[in-house]
Amino acid sequence: MVDRILGRGREAREGHEGRGDQAPDAPAADPKAAVWARVQLARNLRRPRILELLAVIADEFVELHGDRLFGDDEAVVAGFARIEGRRVVVVGQQKGADTEENVRRSFGMPHPEGYRKAMRVMELAERCGLPVVTFVDVPGAHPGPESEERGIAEAIARSVGLMSRLRTPIVTVITGEGGSGGALAIAVGDVVLALENAVYSVISPEGCASILWRTTDEAPTAALAMRMTADDQRALGVVDLVIAEPGEGAHADHAETGRRLKTAITEQLDRLAAIPVEVLVEQRYRRYRSLGAYAELAGPAPTPPVPPRGGLADRLRGLIEAGQRAIPAPLPVGRRDEPPAREDV
Amino acid sequence: MPMKFPSFRSRREDYPEKMWTRCPSCEEQLFNKQLEKAMNVCPSCGHHFRLSATMRLSQLLDDGSFVERDPGLVSVDPLGFVDQKPYPDRVAAAQLATGLRDAAVWGTGRIEGMRIAILVMDFGFMGGSMGAVVGEKVARAAEGALEEGIPLVIVSASGGARMQEGTLALMQLVKTMAALERLRAARVPYVSVMSDPTTGGVFASYAAMGDVNLAEPNALIGFAGARVGAGTIGQELPPGFQRSEFLYRHGFVDRIVQRADLRQELAQVLRFLAPTQPWGKEAARG
Repeated sequence: MVDRILGRGREAREGHEGRGDQAPDAPAADPKAAVWARVQLARNLRRPRILELLAVIADEFVELHGDRLFGDDEAVVAGFARIEGRRVVVVGQQKGADTEENVRRSFGMPHPEGYRKAMRVMELAERCGLPVVTFVDVPGAHPGPESEERGIAEAIARSVGLMSRLRTPIVTVITGEGGSGGALAIAVGDVVLALENAVYSVISPEGCASILWRTTDEAPTAALAMRMTADDQRALGVVDLVIAEPGEGAHADHAETGRRLKTAITEQLDRLAAIPVEVLVEQRYRRYRSLGAYAELAGPAPTPPVPPRGGLADRLRGLIEAGQRAIPAPLPVGRRDEPPAREDV
Repeated sequence: MPMKFPSFRSRREDYPEKMWTRCPSCEEQLFNKQLEKAMNVCPSCGHHFRLSATMRLSQLLDDGSFVERDPGLVSVDPLGFVDQKPYPDRVAAAQLATGLRDAAVWGTGRIEGMRIAILVMDFGFMGGSMGAVVGEKVARAAEGALEEGIPLVIVSASGGARMQEGTLALMQLVKTMAALERLRAARVPYVSVMSDPTTGGVFASYAAMGDVNLAEPNALIGFAGARVGAGTIGQELPPGFQRSEFLYRHGFVDRIVQRADLRQELAQVLRFLAPTQPWGKEAARG
């Protein structure tokens, strides 16, 4: 079953849009299990991150460190690389291979200084006229108090803003987990690629389930509802191109995954290099300006409902017995108990 | 209407009754009319209640100056999202409860005579969550401010991105930030006002990025939910974590402003931001 959903014959399926929630050639049996299997693949510990991929893709790599403000965050890797002769700036998240490395890299969850390092290096790319390639694989930005103290939200907002106007081509690859704002902060691009078993979501399925279903046991249901697989994201227009993974998945064959990625990245770099930078930035603005679905109705907004007004007896009782009992109102005017629809990090 | 008899069921906490509201902070029973006169701030302890978009607009703007723009934008259901209720049902229920079409209202108005573009959010509409409609309105407000060369004011009240719209909601962070970057490049000022609560993707995009950031006292402002943070990291949270004062102490908020002073302080700040040359496209034409 897992083999079946690993996207054999992906090329043949190209262009076939709107398959819905079900993995393409999986038997109709259990779409939920199929999606959940993909989430597990995206989180596979042996999945290649930026450093493993660069070892295959890049002829040369020079890592740069530090945000010049606070420190160096090892959850984010940034530097110069040469890909088949093309000089580029690379940025990506890096999880650790063992516990010790994971502690050093805070389990791949960047602090604000990680994103500020990314911004510094991307601004350098803009000044030097080098294109940017980003590799996204992150459960989310670091959610701890020190992250909040140093302004994780400000760092993400600023990075997203910077990438939206950066005057150099940006190719983004979602290689594993695209975890909400922590992913997006380095995932704004002229073209967004995704590996076949990568996932991308506004909140982790566990977080979504715990808010909307009030239990993390429903995480697979939430994963299915959010349509977070690479194929679904392409159908929604968030991802432009899905790259098939070899065999059992990227974790089983770093070399072949890297080779396929290299082909796709160089193709995109060459395509984008031919576009004048003014046009490029305007196209990028349009790309994101048009994402999201809404309808536009004619006429003004509906008038707010008039709060129900009880009879005299009701009002008197309200005065006398205030605080003693609740008066059930037909319309919950002013009631504010909708669960906050907030996303994870 | 049939006569109702007193029920002896235990009262629900914090449930605003028709005439009385209990302050969640000091437990005082407040007469609704008195509360409204005090701009929905508890007269005894200063607790700032959440405001509807309509009330916020009427508190901030010169009387009768507000003209709503793009009132027709409504959410659709791009994912076919169903949790315990289908997404369209949630939207319909929120519309019925608030009289709004979505969680944000934008338009133009005047504050102490100065013309501004203003967007206010309403937490009562699905937790003020940002989907495509809110993102689109923020972008149009920024583009409108740029076009006319008038300052932009956004009053945030939101739990973050709307999960029911998946990554399309996440993409609104880019849409809004890209529009604000253009505003900034044209040197048109933008003032962000954060009210309770301003969290998640709204805080991690336009709310955090004002040229001047104002916040109401004791508002919850943060990126990760405290539950997420404490649960994942297993750390003790510092006192007052993710409140306005915490943000102020760490340098992300310029001023904490009492609601009663907000209109006047906003106007004061805007007068300082007023250009010596016309802003935006006006400037380009001139």
